[in-house]
Amino acid sequence: MLDINHVGKTYPNGVRALDGVSLTVNLGEIVVVVGGSGCGKSTLLRLVCGLDAPTDGSIRLDGTLISAPHERIGIVFQEPRLLPWLSVARNVGFGLEDRPRPERTSRVAAQLARVGLSDKARVWPRELSGGQAQRVALSRALVTRPEVLLLDEPFSALDAFTRVDLQDHLLDLWADQRPTLLVVTHDVDEAIVLADRILVMRARPGRVQEEIVIDLPRPRDRQSAAFDFAKRRVLNALDHSLDRRARAGDAETVLDEGAARWW
Amino acid sequence: MTASIDDSPVQIAPKYRLGRWTRPALGLLLPLALAVFWELAVRFGLSNGRLVPPPSVIFTTFSDLWQTGELQAHAITTLWRVAAGFACGVAAGTVLGALAGYSGLLHRLVDPTLQALRSIPSIAWVPLFILWFGIFEASKIILIAVGVFFPVYLGVMGAVISVDRKIVEVGRVFRLSAFGMIRRILLPAVLPAYVIALRAGLGLGWMFVVAAEFLGASQGLGFLLVDGQQLGKPAQIVAAIVAFAILGKLTDWLIVAATTPLLRWQDVYGAAHQDS
Ligand SMILES: Nc1ncnc2c1ncn2[C@@H]1O[C@H](COP(=O)(O)OP(=O)(O)OP(=O)(O)O)[C@@H](O)[C@H]1O
Ligand SMILES: [Mg+2]
Repeated sequence: MLDINHVGKTYPNGVRALDGVSLTVNLGEIVVVVGGSGCGKSTLLRLVCGLDAPTDGSIRLDGTLISAPHERIGIVFQEPRLLPWLSVARNVGFGLEDRPRPERTSRVAAQLARVGLSDKARVWPRELSGGQAQRVALSRALVTRPEVLLLDEPFSALDAFTRVDLQDHLLDLWADQRPTLLVVTHDVDEAIVLADRILVMRARPGRVQEEIVIDLPRPRDRQSAAFDFAKRRVLNALDHSLDRRARAGDAETVLDEGAARWW
Repeated sequence: MTASIDDSPVQIAPKYRLGRWTRPALGLLLPLALAVFWELAVRFGLSNGRLVPPPSVIFTTFSDLWQTGELQAHAITTLWRVAAGFACGVAAGTVLGALAGYSGLLHRLVDPTLQALRSIPSIAWVPLFILWFGIFEASKIILIAVGVFFPVYLGVMGAVISVDRKIVEVGRVFRLSAFGMIRRILLPAVLPAYVIALRAGLGLGWMFVVAAEFLGASQGLGFLLVDGQQLGKPAQIVAAIVAFAILGKLTDWLIVAATTPLLRWQDVYGAAHQDS
């Protein structure tokens, strides 16, 4: 269980990026964080994975205080951040260096097969497309079988089709190992496809404004009325978080405007 | 307007038709023409070629020196001095550069001093080195090492400081130790810059070996230069210069050849025209 307890973060330049954020995530749960630009979503993930320390409050994984990167917590950054001097296979195996070689090779091969990149094992990162590189980054985080996986807008740089593809893919992988997922996204559809719970954040200082439980059965149909309904709720909450008043009369307009411009 | 649009393909096309070999050959045209011109000028008595010997005389001198084994002996002495000085300079420059890049405290501690020392023209050390280390090998090798040290130090320090934070964070997420971070992230990341620093260092090493051998050496290509001047043998001077050029180019090529396989991963602009 991941326990985020009244966490605040003030950067050295005085920016209060987070203030009093509390959140409990159970093992195997998928929590998605949405919110306007600069409301502290990336900051929250950096704190949870131990890259930065919170100014106040505490973050615990099963009772252990997180103050530095932890082996049971993995992260996929917004950019793939592959090491350009390692082949794809060695990038994926980066976190397995301490394992015996046969185990490492077989786990890397299995993971690459899982994301459909077996034929790319020996190429350099520069020879990958953006979507392939992001799949490699995802594999690198998954291959160590973390208990908690943090994803910071992992698919935002991809086209709509690849994105849907990778979302389904992520859910497949999740169904396999059931890690806890904490996902940041700008894409409301993505949030609803993935989430058990959606946290809507607001800025200055960054805090949680609203929590929306999505209890649609999986796999979720992106075209269904229930999906649309959930989407409307999330967009409305986002509009509120940006202090934009949703016009009650014309729900469609609100939806469109919100979808187009909320971030 | 229309004329220039029509003309442009015609102007561009021949440039690309120059083949793989004609383009480098183009660069040889000027020196070859000059050499031929000078050779003919001396042959036809337009000049006696005493101070500026014609190519044929230089070639004869070169092969004479080679046949007596003199040239090889001098070249090996010089090569050994450069190698020893280069090794010392690279070792010191790499260690100090890596430390000053890695640790902010060490940077503040040693960098100002080293920068101050760097601004001294290194030849100015010569009298002091001779006083301290005598006129034999030690002072020469130390002078070369000093020359090699600074470009290597600067290159390594600058490269370590500018390693992408995002890549370093990947290492932190995987909980690398300080040693693991250096071996698996920092070293590979600075390798391209390191190769450039090594080549710059080697260039200075060759420069300084000449300076070192000007001061009381009885062996080495630099001695050959001084000797040629004192005995009035310009052909010998030019032959030594040619030997320097060959050795300098050869050792530089060695560094490039040894490191190219390690840098295949690079995704850089230069990769496209490196083979040509
Ligand atoms: N290293 C830093 N130093 C100082 N201020 C920072 C730093 N990183 C982020 N901030 C500030 O903290 C606030 C939150 O930043 P953060 O990156 O967490 O936002 P975000 O919600 O991820 O935004 P986006 O959706 O645009 O990625 C912003 O106001 C930002 O300017
Ligand atoms: Mg962000």
